[in-house]
Amino acid sequence: MKLKVAVIGAGVVGASIARVLSMYENFDVVLLDREPDVGWGASKANTSVIHPGHEEDPGEHPVRARLCVEGNRLWRKWVEELDIPARWPGELMLFYSEEEAQRAARYVELARLNGVPGVRMVWEEVKQIEPWVNPGAVGAVYAPTAGLVSPFEAVAAIVENAVENGVRLLAETEVRGVRVSGGEVCGVETSRGFVEADLVVNAAGLHADRVSHMAGVELDFRIKPRRGEYLLFDENVHVKPRMILHPVPTPVTKGVYAVTTVHGNLMLGPTADDLPEEEKDNLSTTEEGLSRVMEEGSRLLREVPPRDRVIRFFAGLRPEPPRGEWLIKAYDDPWGFVNVAGIRSPGLTAAPAIAGYVLELIAGEYDVRLSRKPSWNPYRVGVTSVRGKSPEEVDQLVKANPDYGAIVCRCRLVSKAEIVETVERMRRIGLERVTVDGVKFRTTAGTGWCQGQFCRWGIALIISQATGTPLHEVTVKRAGYGVGDVKVLLRGGSSC
Amino acid sequence: MLETKLDLVVVGGGPAGIAAASKACELGMKVGLVENREVLGGIPLQCVHTGFGVHVFGEDLTGPEFVYRLIDRLQRADVGLFLKSHVHSIELKAFDEKIVTVLSPKGVQRLYAKAVVFSTGARERTAFEIGVTGERPDGVYTAGEAQTLMDLYGLMPGRRVVIIGSGDVGLIMARRFALEGAEVKAVIEVLPYPGGSMRNVVSCLRDFGIPLYLSHRVVSIRGGKRVEKVVVAKVDEEMRPVPGTEFEVECDTVVVAAGLRPNVELLEKMGAALDPATGGPVVNETLETTVPGVFAAGNALVINDLVDYAVEQGERAAEGAHEFVSNRSGSVAWKRVVKGRNVRLIVPHYVSGERDVVFYARVKSPERRVFFELLGSDLKLYQQGVRPSEMIRLRAPSSAISNLGDRLVFQVRPLE
Amino acid sequence: MSEVTLTCVVCPAACELKVLSLPSGEIRVEGAGCARGVEYAKQEVLDPRRVVITVVKVKGGDLPVVSVKTSQRVPKSRIAEIMRATAEVVADAPVEIGQVVAVCPGGVELVATRRVKASADQRAQGGLRENAGQHVLKVE
Repeated sequence: MKLKVAVIGAGVVGASIARVLSMYENFDVVLLDREPDVGWGASKANTSVIHPGHEEDPGEHPVRARLCVEGNRLWRKWVEELDIPARWPGELMLFYSEEEAQRAARYVELARLNGVPGVRMVWEEVKQIEPWVNPGAVGAVYAPTAGLVSPFEAVAAIVENAVENGVRLLAETEVRGVRVSGGEVCGVETSRGFVEADLVVNAAGLHADRVSHMAGVELDFRIKPRRGEYLLFDENVHVKPRMILHPVPTPVTKGVYAVTTVHGNLMLGPTADDLPEEEKDNLSTTEEGLSRVMEEGSRLLREVPPRDRVIRFFAGLRPEPPRGEWLIKAYDDPWGFVNVAGIRSPGLTAAPAIAGYVLELIAGEYDVRLSRKPSWNPYRVGVTSVRGKSPEEVDQLVKANPDYGAIVCRCRLVSKAEIVETVERMRRIGLERVTVDGVKFRTTAGTGWCQGQFCRWGIALIISQATGTPLHEVTVKRAGYGVGDVKVLLRGGSSC
Repeated sequence: MLETKLDLVVVGGGPAGIAAASKACELGMKVGLVENREVLGGIPLQCVHTGFGVHVFGEDLTGPEFVYRLIDRLQRADVGLFLKSHVHSIELKAFDEKIVTVLSPKGVQRLYAKAVVFSTGARERTAFEIGVTGERPDGVYTAGEAQTLMDLYGLMPGRRVVIIGSGDVGLIMARRFALEGAEVKAVIEVLPYPGGSMRNVVSCLRDFGIPLYLSHRVVSIRGGKRVEKVVVAKVDEEMRPVPGTEFEVECDTVVVAAGLRPNVELLEKMGAALDPATGGPVVNETLETTVPGVFAAGNALVINDLVDYAVEQGERAAEGAHEFVSNRSGSVAWKRVVKGRNVRLIVPHYVSGERDVVFYARVKSPERRVFFELLGSDLKLYQQGVRPSEMIRLRAPSSAISNLGDRLVFQVRPLE
Repeated sequence: MSEVTLTCVVCPAACELKVLSLPSGEIRVEGAGCARGVEYAKQEVLDPRRVVITVVKVKGGDLPVVSVKTSQRVPKSRIAEIMRATAEVVADAPVEIGQVVAVCPGGVELVATRRVKASADQRAQGGLRENAGQHVLKVE
């Protein structure tokens, strides 16, 4: 008999667990998220770096260290299988003095202990390895296995693949309780009713402490939000470091990174501000934080573009558990409850490895004899995009479907065909509400220098047509595009 | 792949582009006009207010009416139209050989041309560009987006509106919202004077009792799902918020009308020099950029207040292109145009002195009873008042320019 | 005697005008830089008028609304009433530019300033359409 599994939280961790569980005959998986879409929590707003694993101390956090290194290796495979935008440029941990160099040397030692390949110190060569490095840097720890992914697109791709392999997604479903009977979990109470489950996997990110308490375990466990602010520059600025740049970490933070994202934008960030526990939705940016990012960025880079070339800034919240310790545990009491909580950095990197670890934990703890699904499909193909294709290739695409020649997003060169297909895919994974933001993050339409001023309504019109929703009711992120037709207020607010 | 040989490709089918294409045709050139949307007309199509065509047609028309008049003129010309067409790239094969690659639902086409006119218009500055921090809830629109939604797609964005920026666009949108029954809570302007014309301040704000806060900034936006309020602060002379002056305005909608920037992405990629003051390309009197045979007109050149000027520039660029294509543009010892007292920007940047030139300029700060003049010449224009929001247009005859040195200084001089 | 201050909008000088209505019925304007300013002030005080510009709904069109303007300047005091009336208007596509789409109470005509095609022919939003341009489109 199949075990019914409810995975709470469709972030990168929950989605990865769902995907890995979907490989086996033993599980029937439902993936729950409170948002209208997947990956809208901590997974969306981060540095997008796949860390090599040389910053993890195996003495202090053995599981974290192991899963980080393994996650880095697994991502290489996952991005191929799932057609996720990624680059593997390597990273430079810059130091600015002999004294700092000595602190940095420790990371070469950690790399050795963790089995991270290729990590080494470089000195004056650093400026040749990466010409955008600030001349003040005297050297760097070079970690060649560091990579970059598009984190949101990664989650979307993982979920698409998981659903293809039998996982059911329930978005806009908020968990309100974990039902336990006779010492065993039997399901979760949600905003949309009861979801029966033999196993409940808590991957609720920032809110995983609350879910754990609902199950009656780890009652002292508290997750604090740590806010990070980021700046994103116009892709047309010439400052484009090939490698990932960052300073030598402090106990609080890995510091501000400078990366050229997989979509070609210079990104600086994050800051690290610990917020009170109740501010788990506080995604505010601040002038103070953004100035700090600019300042720290200028320590990394030879040149920082002017502030008026910034096209967007945003903040993300990282879930910070006590002592930075991940809480990954399968419980006897209640039987069937699994915490995958407090997954702070390097959570994105480790996610595929965490999923494997959770699988073993479940198999071991609950005595599941795993049996692979012969039909399991490891592959997912991304939406064919016009961007990056030669004119000849685009011509071929247009011959097959004229919508490839209808450019909706001018900045990022995204065609109508891509948006139409993305809307279809969003509906196919089970999203009842297709949001403009969901389309934007999947296709990059609206993420260019004009920030959607020429295409947001175009995207909304396509969604409106595809889903039969009136234009003003199309959801942008969480609210409607408008409040009614243009005469609604003159009629006293009543809809027509 | 389709290939077309042309003399001139005009990129952008708004007023400047239509004017350039019509004029180029009249001059006997073989012209292709490339437009992103499925219709010609550009931004005026979504501008239902009047103020269009006073100079060109001698009538005060609405945006669409103005555009139809221009298109009528174009229909009489023999222009190759490429609608729903996106310029993918422009290759400079040689001095007088450009390859414009265009994507459209019909496929990819290569347009071979000797000259190119950029009439790609402008884009609006976003809330991010002007440094509005805080949360990122739904309910934030650029003015152009709000206009498109209301006046083309019949949708009301919100009920209680705060408008950032008192340029003409912001003022006109304040009136549009107020007319349709929305409560316009405030227009917030960072400068100590209105960004738009006094005519619009009176007819768009005072008529509807909408408060205008000068020397104020929206520092942050607050809200969960949708905008709930904005935090506004007074600013000092350097436009920094003054601590302690913050207040909140409750609203569900923020309309950002913080000014326009020329669309110069493609020009930038081609290596054209840009003028930081205009945000557009550096041009000579034929409106040719620093890339030979590549011209600019309309808001892609400089942000205009009047569509009539955009049309005029389109025609000028077409004439320039015609000279280029017929090899009549030799080598010239250009005179530099220099900004003197209280001149914030001026276009064109280089002139020959061999012909009459129309200059477009803006002042740095408002003044009353002044002359706008070319130093060392008799050329001067008396103005009752000058304001940064009102462009000064001055036609300079070649006689005023030709005997001056290699620097032409324009300045604003008070009467006394 | 009543006194009103106005900003003149005749030219960019934007003179601050003081308008005095004398008991004799005479209107005196102070602060105007030119005669046109005096005329403007008198009109504004005695009978301020505006052209109202808005949109009304269209049924069966390729766009859901059409932009309109009042055929003449209407008294400022009547704008709100006219706007409320526009909320009730539904024009039938196609709408031609210059067409009177509705007559508001008091005989104020609303004239279309845009072309809206019937949606059946799936045409673009007014202006020059792709097919209309075909006769001049020369592609080798």
